Amino acid sequence: MAAPSPSSVATSDLPPLVRPRPWAEREWVALVRRLVRRRTALFGLLVVVGVMVAAAAAPLISPFDPLEQDIGQRLREPGWQDAQARVHPLGTDHLGRDILARVIFGSRVALVVGLAAVVISGVLGMLIGLVAGYFGGRTDDFLMRLADIQLAFPFILLAIAVIGVLGPSLRNIIIVIGVSSWVVYARVVRGEVLSIREREYVQAAVALGSRHGRVLLHHVLPNTLTPWLVVATLDMARVIVIESALSFLGLGVQPPTPTWGGMLADGRVYLSTAWWLATFPGLAILITVLGINLFGDGLRDTLDPRLKV
Amino acid sequence: MRSYLTRRLWQSLLVLLGVSVVVFFILHLTGDPAALLLPPDATAEDIAKFRQAMGFDDPVAVQYVRFLKGAVRGDFGESLRHGEPAMGLVLERLPATFELAGAGLLIAFALAIPAGIVSAVRRNTSVDYISTVVALLGQAMPTFWLGIMLILVFSVRLNWLPSSGRGGLEHLILPAITLGLFTTARITRLTRSGMLEVLGQDYIRTARAKGVSERPVVWKHALKNASIPIVTIVGIELGTALGGSVITETIFAWPGVGRLSVQAIFNRDYPVVQAAVFLLASTFVIVNFTVDVIYTYLDPRIRFR
Repeated sequence: MAAPSPSSVATSDLPPLVRPRPWAEREWVALVRRLVRRRTALFGLLVVVGVMVAAAAAPLISPFDPLEQDIGQRLREPGWQDAQARVHPLGTDHLGRDILARVIFGSRVALVVGLAAVVISGVLGMLIGLVAGYFGGRTDDFLMRLADIQLAFPFILLAIAVIGVLGPSLRNIIIVIGVSSWVVYARVVRGEVLSIREREYVQAAVALGSRHGRVLLHHVLPNTLTPWLVVATLDMARVIVIESALSFLGLGVQPPTPTWGGMLADGRVYLSTAWWLATFPGLAILITVLGINLFGDGLRDTLDPRLKV
Repeated sequence: MRSYLTRRLWQSLLVLLGVSVVVFFILHLTGDPAALLLPPDATAEDIAKFRQAMGFDDPVAVQYVRFLKGAVRGDFGESLRHGEPAMGLVLERLPATFELAGAGLLIAFALAIPAGIVSAVRRNTSVDYISTVVALLGQAMPTFWLGIMLILVFSVRLNWLPSSGRGGLEHLILPAITLGLFTTARITRLTRSGMLEVLGQDYIRTARAKGVSERPVVWKHALKNASIPIVTIVGIELGTALGGSVITETIFAWPGVGRLSVQAIFNRDYPVVQAAVFLLASTFVIVNFTVDVIYTYLDPRIRFR
């Protein structure tokens, strides 16, 4: 039977093959709906959005300049009202700086390091996982041994050793955390690729003569993005804790830039007289990390419940 | 089975070799180890002399082989600050770190496994919710903040426990809780999900149908099978504990390897840093190999993988 020539069919009478779906039917809208229905995930999402807004709009929402010192007003307790009748809701630190302002501005370093390091390690891990899983054999063995070597080091010790040598700066911290956090991404992506490469559409693409790069990029990679995203979300929480730990040890972004870890280190000295110095930056870390974890858990349960991260 | 273990042994040795490469390069990151090791006010002449004495002018490969030869004998050079062999200083502190890490892991397992089981058995009751919330908070709480808050409450306010140093049991409690909390949280969640999975299996239903009472069903039939993933992460958790000891020891002035390393980094005492990093990483590799050996006896299926 001869196929009708294209011109013989009045295309305008037919419904288009790909009909633009109404907004409410789109996949990501459905995803967000399912996510929001989980109360803990919604809480996590709100916290994450809240911290992002605080970081982006810090100068607008912060009641004080985080660097403004006033030695006359040092170590004032939460709720203290200063000479100009301005209230310091979380008190002031040992240099008379407003703690709330410093907590708000501290979110900037945490988020910048978190996002940048996750992008670096995520891309690195994705590449290594794709190559290891797709090519298998010796390449895979070699890359997985590299992963074992990376995992053998107590992370924080290696990080402080390297930053101690290179010198603490925002750039160095991002690079060190980013370069040494790829393993979890590589393992998850590799696991996915091992099953994806056996699927028929991949076999078909190979049989049709597609080059490896094209198969990886167009057929394999898109199917690893979901678990990758879940890992990236949860890893962001870990990176924020590491950044605070480095700042706490004095190897993070250097003063006077406010960092949560640095504030905690300052507060530790005044623990017996001024509890609020160490308490509030720690709460900020706790709430942020909890929010990201809950959001990440929700994302995993919604997108890919089998995933074990 | 022997071939599996032989393969794992070779892999572990290979990993140790990789660890030595990384540790060697810590000193070469800036390109000039001599400038890193000498005080900032050293003259160019001093640096040149030192560089020659230490052999930093040789090709990197030659330097690495020399480093490796020393490393296998535990020789990482002398501490620049104390003038003693670096490895000796680290080994001196190792028992304190093991004591702390051991206590932390002990607390973690002692709390987490019962909590996880109760959570799973009494799913969706208030006990389950409380344990889940505590576990979530525990996973989100930064170690250093927890340590400081414990000191604030139990040392500064209540004056019940010492805030620093090593000594009797009372010195161990706060640092061990601090170090163990994250692991407690992780193992609680792992035990809970593992038990929930196992409790839904047919052989559990069979056991119950046979009339086996609830206690042996949970503690024998279910826990035995749910414990496989828990045993697997013991080795990994030891790594977490060794890494966590860096922070915990610093907060509680605990005289272990972690605190020594942090001090050494600030003193630019890199031989000590290299010895400490190498020793902790090697400990991790050796423990994980041992766990694998034990594991092949516990779960024979793994030999055939």
